[in-house]
Amino acid sequence: MHELSVCQALLQEVAKIATNHGASAVGRVTVEVGLLSGVEPELLSRAFEIARLGTCAARASLVVKALEITVRCADCGAESRAEPNCLLCAACGGYRTRVVEGDELRLRAVELEIPEAQAVPEAQAVPAT
Amino acid sequence: MCETCGCTITAGNAHLAGEAHGASPRATVEVFQDLLIANDRVAQHNREHFDEHGVLSINLMSSPGAGKTTLLEATILALRDRYRIAVIEGDLETDNDATRIRAHGVPAVQITTGTACHLDAHLVHQALHDLPLAGLDLLFIENVGNLVCPASFDLGQHRNVVLLCTTEGDDKPAKYPVMFRAADLVVLSKADLLGILEDFDPARAEAALRALGREAPMIRAAARRAPALESWLAWLEQELAAHRAALCEPEPSSRGATVAA
Repeated sequence: MHELSVCQALLQEVAKIATNHGASAVGRVTVEVGLLSGVEPELLSRAFEIARLGTCAARASLVVKALEITVRCADCGAESRAEPNCLLCAACGGYRTRVVEGDELRLRAVELEIPEAQAVPEAQAVPAT
Repeated sequence: MCETCGCTITAGNAHLAGEAHGASPRATVEVFQDLLIANDRVAQHNREHFDEHGVLSINLMSSPGAGKTTLLEATILALRDRYRIAVIEGDLETDNDATRIRAHGVPAVQITTGTACHLDAHLVHQALHDLPLAGLDLLFIENVGNLVCPASFDLGQHRNVVLLCTTEGDDKPAKYPVMFRAADLVVLSKADLLGILEDFDPARAEAALRALGREAPMIRAAARRAPALESWLAWLEQELAAHRAALCEPEPSSRGATVAA
């Protein structure tokens, strides 16, 4: 589902983070993709290879962590693994479950190259000379 | 292949895709951000706009031809004397559906997406510029006919309604879990055809829906010949009342704030 447009949104966020930290380049981008997110990890990786061109992440690699589905049962309280089209509780068979992991589509971490002169975190002020 | 996701590495373009060199990263920034956050921010803005006016907004989704527009027409005929209704229509091309809605005296704005196969919050936000919400009770957003992509894009709606047509397979909820999981209500549309379509088993469809861990009700509706809309209309009225009651509830921090004498 729209892996290319998801990559474009991803790269916009990465660019903001890179700018905020004064980074000159992006090394590795880590995303978490749940099996229920509607996004295919393989297609996302392939879309990223093209979408990154011409951006600050032009030479970045994408790490996609696929998240399995875990549900919590409102009836018996158990947490269990589930499949995209079978989200019943594995313990009691109940259908009143809530997905606690597996529908995420999120940016998890960004590795940045920060030139020496600009390696100043927000909390650290440049000392006056 | 991959025309929909837009990328293919081939011998012709591989040289353009640079490899990550052995750069030594200086910092790893931990993030925890939804990739659709840009859409979600606009969706939240839309939702707040609806709430300012006490409008219940409903995102209507289904495969093409399941009967969304016809259901809306029948709904308007049944409710227009009691509730003020407006519709945002989404299609790739034509304004046929908005024209049909307006013919019933109800304001409708047509979004033609061109090639986009789903509506998103930004498109809905733009449509709202042409649709004053003052005095409205119900806003229906008829999404592009598609059982895949619309499910993933928050528009700012309060409720998702998914139509499952009797002319489709009763295993559709199992085949399209992301869509049917998003439903607050599943409407079995063209239910008047059940007597003819012997292969469609409503119990099987409901079991597939329950297997998605959804308590969303599945109700039947027929909008054209021999209309049967009672359950659908009852659900709409109930949801509108519940939504308005929820909007009127004071914030927890303001409860019991009387000052002792």
